[in-house]
This record gives sequence, structure tokens and C-alpha cells, in this order.
Amino acid sequence: MNKLNFLTPDKNNLYSYLYSGITLFSLSILLVFMNSFFSLDLTSFLPGTISYFLPLILGFIGLHLIRIEYSGIKILDIINKNINTNKFNALLSLLIIFAVIKSLPPLLSWFIIDANFAGDSKDACSGSGACWAYIKTWFNRFMYGMYPNAEQWRINLSFIALAFLGVIGFFATEKFKKYLTLYYVVVYPIIAFLFIFFFISGGPIFFDFSYGIIAAVISIIIGFFIPSKFKMYYFLIIPITIYILLKYVFFYEELIELGKIQAFEWVETGAWGGLSLTFIVSFFCLIFCFPVGLFLSLGRRSDLPIIKYISIGFIEFWRGVPLITVLFMSSVMFPMFLPEDMFIDKLVRVIIAISLFEAAYVAEVIRGGLQALPRGQYDAAKSLGMGYWKMHIFVILPQALKLVIPGIANTFLALVKDTPLIFVVGLLEIVGMLNLAKTNPEWLGFAMEGYVFASIVFFIICYAMSKYSYNLEQKYKTER
Amino acid sequence: MNFKKILPQLLTLVVVILVFGFFSYNAQVNMENRGITFGYGFLSQESSFDVQFSLIEYDGSHSYFRAYLVGLLNTILVSVIGIIFATIIGVIVGIARLSNNYLIERTAAIYVEFFRNIPLLLQIFFWYFAALRALPLPEKAEPMFGVFFLTIKGFFIPAFVWNNLDIFIYSIIAAIIAIVFVKIYAKKKQENQGIQTPVLLISIGLLIILPLLSFLLGGVNASIEIPVIEQLSQTSFTYKGGLKLPPELISLALALSLYTATFIAECVRAGVQGVSKGQKEAAASIGLTPNQVLKLVVMPQALRIIIPPTTNQYLNLTKNSSLAAAIAYPDLVLVFAGTALMQTGRAIEIVSITMLTYLTLSITISIFMNWYNKKIAIKEK
Repeated sequence: MNKLNFLTPDKNNLYSYLYSGITLFSLSILLVFMNSFFSLDLTSFLPGTISYFLPLILGFIGLHLIRIEYSGIKILDIINKNINTNKFNALLSLLIIFAVIKSLPPLLSWFIIDANFAGDSKDACSGSGACWAYIKTWFNRFMYGMYPNAEQWRINLSFIALAFLGVIGFFATEKFKKYLTLYYVVVYPIIAFLFIFFFISGGPIFFDFSYGIIAAVISIIIGFFIPSKFKMYYFLIIPITIYILLKYVFFYEELIELGKIQAFEWVETGAWGGLSLTFIVSFFCLIFCFPVGLFLSLGRRSDLPIIKYISIGFIEFWRGVPLITVLFMSSVMFPMFLPEDMFIDKLVRVIIAISLFEAAYVAEVIRGGLQALPRGQYDAAKSLGMGYWKMHIFVILPQALKLVIPGIANTFLALVKDTPLIFVVGLLEIVGMLNLAKTNPEWLGFAMEGYVFASIVFFIICYAMSKYSYNLEQKYKTER
Repeated sequence: MNFKKILPQLLTLVVVILVFGFFSYNAQVNMENRGITFGYGFLSQESSFDVQFSLIEYDGSHSYFRAYLVGLLNTILVSVIGIIFATIIGVIVGIARLSNNYLIERTAAIYVEFFRNIPLLLQIFFWYFAALRALPLPEKAEPMFGVFFLTIKGFFIPAFVWNNLDIFIYSIIAAIIAIVFVKIYAKKKQENQGIQTPVLLISIGLLIILPLLSFLLGGVNASIEIPVIEQLSQTSFTYKGGLKLPPELISLALALSLYTATFIAECVRAGVQGVSKGQKEAAASIGLTPNQVLKLVVMPQALRIIIPPTTNQYLNLTKNSSLAAAIAYPDLVLVFAGTALMQTGRAIEIVSITMLTYLTLSITISIFMNWYNKKIAIKEK
């Protein structure tokens, strides 16, 4: 029988150390557990300070006793390696474990046990916990803003349809895979436009815009049948012709006014709101800012001095100012720059402002990718006789964009997180709706529930996006 | 110069000029219609509005320019506070994410994932409208350590009352200059003779001794003023004396630093991970102690990776501080682009000044960063 030296546990008396260590450690956990869950102080017979620190001291000694390297017991080795490497680590681990146990009961009671789920007025919430009835009552408003209740199926249907059309790419067979890029870059955004402007907004306000889209769609479809020799001229002339035809010859608007085509009830953009507005704004900004940013990044690396300096000026300007001032500009300063009879919708102005703002960030991210490519790639493409655009489309950009997927994902995340700022121009997405609901005299005092709810919603969206970007990064990672 | 190169440039230039021309023409017409003349003369007019929280003396009788300065100083104040706390939290969390302790690593990771995936505006609202509103009223507040009062009306802390503050500040400046000289001398000595000087000890000594001398000989003295509760009316109480930090400032600084700290933590982690293992092993193999390895080999290389993105984050924090407008903290955007704009109606002038202020700030810092990056870049052969 070896002598037990409690200051330096060794392998010879492994089980003596192990049992005493585990006993002390579990005792300390038990003390904290009883204290926090049942508010029982098992050591109340001891003086105050000692009683307060006793669990920590017991746990510390316990962890010290089981800190035996290469004990041969698998679980023990894993524990020692991960949370118990030295005295300092053991102390920190204990503090974290205790903090978790301590904070569980109040959190649980606030979120679930003492919370009110039922009811539809403030009186239902009498407990000390959260009032989820508040969220339930206002849920509709948090999702759709002031959009009329009877028309909300339009938003739902559009989002479902767009989500369905969005995931369609995953089920495409080999035969259609090569068209996927075209689909996602050109067709899908256009369908989304049509949905949102005809379906969600309704009414005649965006007709001019819709002519443009219809013209573009028709001309692209016809474009497939035009010999490539004439394509250049074709795309310059035909869309404009179709646009003029639609606007001045077919009198589409009058058809609707005459009742021949039934239009949906118009809902002005000021009434849009809630989470659906968050999605709409971030979706459009995402679509717009990427191509603009791409061209800006190419412009910044161009050899042509005027283009280069204009790009640099543009990028540095947007990157240098906070988004809130940009939105201020779009709401109070921009109308001064337009002719008096010209009016641009609030939502459109916001989307343009955010897109230009984020485009500058996207441009800098893409420039990073372009700079990271070795010169050899450029030289090789040039030596094959490729021109500027061919070189970029087929050689440079596919590689550069692959490199910057994380950066672009971060920019898009920032964009989603920036959308609440549109409260500056009076558009209320989910955070704005929360602030509105908070000031409702019948529902005073539930700010916390609202913010917790919105935080969870945003966390889910952003976390999913960042995980998806990580997957994308892994998928397109190529060995170099 | 061939045609293919000139044409696109010319086109771009024409488009840009046309757009600007269109805008400025419209602006002129609009302003004529409304009877406004463009100019910055209004800056010297009397502002006649009040600001709740100001670092310099200000009331309605001062000029708009003074109001601009008040806003700018408030922006700088909250940015500096935010930067200090974000750096402290960020460095700690970044190192914690590299810990080999599973629990610590996970806790840090959860913190980072959670706080950076929630919009900053939401966090500011949360602290301001939900968390800080749960604090007690001034008359019911329990003092922390007997002198700090955390109430719903703000955070009341003791203030220093100084005599001859300037001499004290000079003594600190003198100490810093002396430290710089000591450092240069120590470096020279080590390069020439290979003898190390305990620079850190000397620096701490200087920083303590010189200000102490100013107390003993320079006639500097400081007393502490503790906030005392005072009754304003039947139900309204406040604290007199000491410093008052308004809840807007606290919630803004809290949200900004917690949010930015997550990004700084990631920068720190990337920086330390970016130093290859071989460097540490090589340093250890030539007999450097672990401390020396960290100080002389790892940190210089890690800092090279950490500093540029971190400065970027500082810049972001400064720009994000403009969200103060949402909770009525009187920063540049709220005071100037908000209240002053409402009063004067001079949208173009005021928004342009506000934007130019932020632009100057960020371009100055980015020029400095470019210079710094060039200076510390590894010169490859």
C-alpha cells in the first residue's frame, strides 16, 4: 500500500484519488444545484463567506485529485484533457459550470414555467415570467406590418412560390444543370420582381417598371433564336421597341381600368412591414448590390484612369459614411435632386440606397479575390488570345469569386442586419413594428419579450446564412 | 492611345457629368421654388434648441456650429468608450476561443455566434428599452461599493475635483516622453552591447513617480465628489454631484462594444492562428523562454495580421455609433442631421456636412492604415 499524497495525485493509487475527487466534485455540483433550483443552502451552518465559496473550493480540490495523466480510463483522460489541464483551467471550468447551473432556473422560469402563453389581452399576463400572449397577439403585425389582413395570403403565396422556385435547382437533372446559372442570375430575379410588384403591391403604380421587365423577358426569349452575329444589335434595339410598343400601343393600363383584366387591390409600400419587408428589402438589395459591386471592383482594377478613379471615388465615398446618413440622404436630400413632378417610391429609394452602399463593400471583397489570383492566370488567359471580357468571365472571375465566398456572405449578412435601419425613412420592418407595438397603450411594458423574439428570429436567419456560406465554401474549395 | 481605350472612358465621364448636372440643375430649381439660397451661413446663426447631454457648454443661444461640435464630441465620446471596451472584451474572447479548455472555448464561441448574428440596432433597443428600464428608480437604488448608483435615470459615479489639473497632465506627458526615450536607448543598448534593460519596470516607475511628484511639489490635489440623493419634488429624485452617465450613453456603449467585440475576437483568433507552428518551435529551439517566444516571435507576427482588420472594426464602430439617433443619444446624426435639419430645412448643406465629417474620419484612418501596412509588411526577397 503506497502512501497517499494528496498534493500530487499519481497513478499508483488511482482509484483512491478518483473516488475522493469525484465525491468532492459531485458534492460541489450538488451544493450549487440545490442552491439555485430549490434555494436551499445546505451549508448554512458555516459562516457566510466560507459557505459562499465552499462549492468552488470543494470542486477545485476534487478536480485537482482527478488530474492524473495517462490514467488509462478513457473518460477520465478526455475530461482531463479538455476541461482540467491545469489549476487555472480547472477554476475557469468550475466557474462556467456553476454559472450555467445558477442561470438556468431564472431563465427557465422566465421563458417557460412562469410564462403566459394563453390569452389575448394584457390582463392574461399576470405571472412574473414572459408574456408570450403579447407575441401571439401581435404576431400578424410582426410578420406583415400594416398590410391588410385579408390580403396577406398574397405575401404568403409569393414567398412560398419563390422559395419553391428557389430550391428547384437542387432537384434539376443533369440535363438542365447547365442552365441553372442562367436561371438563378436572370430568370429567378425577374420572376421575383413580377411576383412582388404585381402580386404583393398590386395596383397600377409599377406598370412602367413592369413593361420594362416584360420587354426584357420577351427579348431574352427571342434572343435565343437570333444568330449570334446580330445579337449585339438585337439586344440594343428590341427591348426598347417592345417597351415602347407596350406603353404606347397596347395600352395595357387601360385594359385593366376597363375591367378586362382584374388587378389586385393596390397596397402602398408604406403599409408593408414586419419580417416580410425585411425579406423583401434584403432580397432586392442582395440582387442589385452584387452586379454593381462586381463592376465597381473591375473598374477599380482597370487600366483606364478615368474609370479607375471614378470607381475608387464611388467606393470610398460609400464606405466612408454610415448607412444611417445614406438613408437620411435618400429621404430628405434626394427629393431635392429630382424634378418636382417626379416622385420615387420610398421603398424603391431605400432599396437603391442600401444597394449602392453594400455594393461598395461587395466591390472591396471581390477586389480582394481578384488581387489574390496569381499574375500567371491573367497572362495565360491573355496568351490564349482572350479579350478583357472573355478573360474575366471564363478565367478570372470563376476563381476569384470562389475565393471570396466567405467575404461576400459576410457582406450579405451585414446587409440583412442593416435592414432594421429603414425605420429612418418611416418603413417599419420587424424591429420597427416592435417599437410601435411597445408604445401601444394596451400593451405597455412588454419590450423584453418583443426584443427576445426578434433576436431569436434574426439569429436563426443569420446563423443559417452563415452556415450555408460555410457549406458553399467547402463545396467549391479547390486545391491549388 | 487607341479608340478602344478612350471611348469607354469618355462614355463613363459623360454619364457621370450628365447625372451630376441633372441633379444639381434640379436642386437649383427646387431651391429657387422654395426660396432657399444655398450656403453655409446658417452655421453662425443662433440655434435655439437644447441638447440633453453635452461635453462642452451649450444652450439654445449658441450657434449651429456649436451644436455641430456638441454632436461631434458626443460621437467621439461614445466611440472611444466603445473602442476601449470592445478591445478588452474582444482580446479576452479571442484568446478564450483558442483555449484548450473545451468549456471556455465553447462559451466564447457561443458568445461570438450569438452577438454577431443579431442586428446592432436590435441590441441597442434591447439594452435601452428592455434591460436598462428594469433598473430601480433613483430613490430605491442600492449603492454599489457605497458610491456607484445604477438607476433608471442613468449611472451616477463619483467625480474627481482637481486643483491644477494642467500640471498633472503635463507630468503624465513628460513621463510618456521619457518612456519613449528610455525605449530608444534600451534598443540601442541591446543592439550594440546585447544587454537587456528592464524597460517595463522603468516605465511603470516613471508613470508613478512623475505624477506623484506633481502632487507633492506641483500643488496638485484631487478630492472625490460622491453623488448624493436629492429630492426635486414629491416623487422625483435625482443625484447631485459626481458624474452622471445617461442611460442612452450606457446602452449605446454597451451594445457597440459587445457587438464589435465579436468581430475583434475573430480578428485576434485569426491572427494568433496565422502564426505558423514552426515559428514557435524554431524560437523555442534556439533557447528562448516561453515568454520571450510570445513577446518576440509570436506577437509581432500576429499583430501584423490582427491590426489592419481591427482598425477596420474601430472604424465600423465609429460609423455604427450613428445608430444613436434611434434612442435619442445626442450624437452628430441626431443633433445635426436631425434637430438642426428640422429647424433650418437645409437638407443639402447639413447632410453633406454630416457625411463629409464621417468621410474625413474614415479616409484619414484608412490613409494612416495604408501607410502602416506598408511599413510593417514583410519585405520579401
